[in-house]
Amino acid sequence: MQFFFEVLIGGLLSGVMYSFVALGFVMIYKASGVFNFAQGAMVFFAALTFVGFQEMGAPFWLALILAFGAMVLLGIATERIVLRPLVNQPHITLFMATIGLTFFVEGLAQGIWGSTVRGLDLGIQDEPIEWIMDKAGILVSSFDLFAAGVAAALVTLLALFFQYTRVGRALRAVADDHQAALSIGIPLQNIWRIVWAVAGFVALVAGLLWGARNGVQFALTFTALKALPVLILGGFTSVPGAIVGGLIIGSTEKLAEVYLGGYVGGGIDSWFPYVMALAFLLIRPEGLFGEKHIDRV
Amino acid sequence: MNTTTQATPAAPENYLSINNIEVIYDHVILVLKGVSLTVPKGKIVALLGANGAGKSTTLKAISNLLHAERGDVTKGSVEFKGTRVDQLTPNELVKRGVIQVMEGRHCFAHLSIEENLLTGAYTRGNSRAELKQNLEMVYHYFPRLKTRRTSQAGYTSGGEQQMCAIGRALMAKPEMILLDEPSMGLAPQIVEEIFEIVKDLNSRENVSFLLAEQNTMVALRYADLGYILENGRVVMEGDAKELASNEDVKEFYLGLSSAGRKSFKDVKHYRRRKRWLS
Repeated sequence: MQFFFEVLIGGLLSGVMYSFVALGFVMIYKASGVFNFAQGAMVFFAALTFVGFQEMGAPFWLALILAFGAMVLLGIATERIVLRPLVNQPHITLFMATIGLTFFVEGLAQGIWGSTVRGLDLGIQDEPIEWIMDKAGILVSSFDLFAAGVAAALVTLLALFFQYTRVGRALRAVADDHQAALSIGIPLQNIWRIVWAVAGFVALVAGLLWGARNGVQFALTFTALKALPVLILGGFTSVPGAIVGGLIIGSTEKLAEVYLGGYVGGGIDSWFPYVMALAFLLIRPEGLFGEKHIDRV
Repeated sequence: MNTTTQATPAAPENYLSINNIEVIYDHVILVLKGVSLTVPKGKIVALLGANGAGKSTTLKAISNLLHAERGDVTKGSVEFKGTRVDQLTPNELVKRGVIQVMEGRHCFAHLSIEENLLTGAYTRGNSRAELKQNLEMVYHYFPRLKTRRTSQAGYTSGGEQQMCAIGRALMAKPEMILLDEPSMGLAPQIVEEIFEIVKDLNSRENVSFLLAEQNTMVALRYADLGYILENGRVVMEGDAKELASNEDVKEFYLGLSSAGRKSFKDVKHYRRRKRWLS
């Protein structure tokens, strides 16, 4: 039983990491209805930029601020150059544009900072916490716990922002109905810029945590794809959904690997989440927390 | 133009005026072929006509929502209080006091009624106290919204959504509301209720209205002035009461003629053209 909990807790905490990436998708999808395929590339770009500035000698905080600045610029440029000319085009057009953007951002990041694998040190040990091990006999990584803490803080912040601020309300309004938002004088372009900046920030946080765990490398963009089953489970439009979805995906993939993996030769945690997502699509296509499509009959 | 009712009211201050605008969609579809109209301060002006006559397009040309639908004002000008406003963004226009309530209500379905109203105040950046005061003003006119304030707008009735859309516009403290087809899909009783409120807002809050309506009879009862559009042109204009008693209007839009009630489909299109456009 102890082993079960250990796997579960490890899974939950690593699920938090998926949630971070999913959050970025949710932000942009909510406010502009665009499924931003480039979110994974943005995570990679953010991590690489942060490490790049650190290598140039910038201290932690300065590098963080500079990397955030770069993400904001990237977001604004995307809005201006890619999305604005495509306003009112079909969703699929926008989606294709973000796929193009993915390759561009990946190339840009490596073009500027090079493609070698870098380590990223946040100064947090990825080691089991001793007193938990003494008390309960379960291994819990302090890094995972730290990531969970950051996630909780970030989600609370975002939820408050969306729910109670003027701009947050406007973001949700824009997500519901562009035209109506325009008609009451909400400046869509400003809103989209804000959204892309916030998504950039979320990508930066995700990039730092993933980078610190696995090293800053191109594979980050693939890890980011795990956000897709998370989104399908949690719902594309829900911030809490992204978190809960991440937790479910993280824990089930680890449990499946440990308890079922043996029968099929192991390595199932790389595809198990997608199977779950598929099954989920059949049962509840809007996700656990997604907004139901409201149709008046 | 051979209009039968030549209304020349004592020329009050020209508040909103549209001068000979032409609108083309997608660079090829000519929808408005030179429409001119004026809305005097503090009046309710009805813009009438059948489907596709260009009512909504006229309103969107004023509020600059045309661009989002690939429409363009290719000729003419729109002036509000003496300055041209045709090149402004909707955001700037709302700040100057002109706001549109779109056809089909367009409430934010996943926001509560109160949140919908609050988004209406976006351009004003009000303080919390001012917002509360504005909300109370809206609830005063639409007590029904107050009872539904926490419901998701998507789950409220059509009438409540229409009220929500008008209330949301009011939160921007407009001087002029462009109201597009408020009666669409609503029960006659609710339509009356909404028009009563419009009249009330007009007289007590001094908001001017330009309203596009297919429901000619109701619109003319509440409006001060009326314009009738057909095929992208103004074919008749004048005092609302005179329009309502005009024989042609009665026959074409109210289905009334000397021979009693009559279906609109029996009125031959060519005859209407001949009588008005010759």
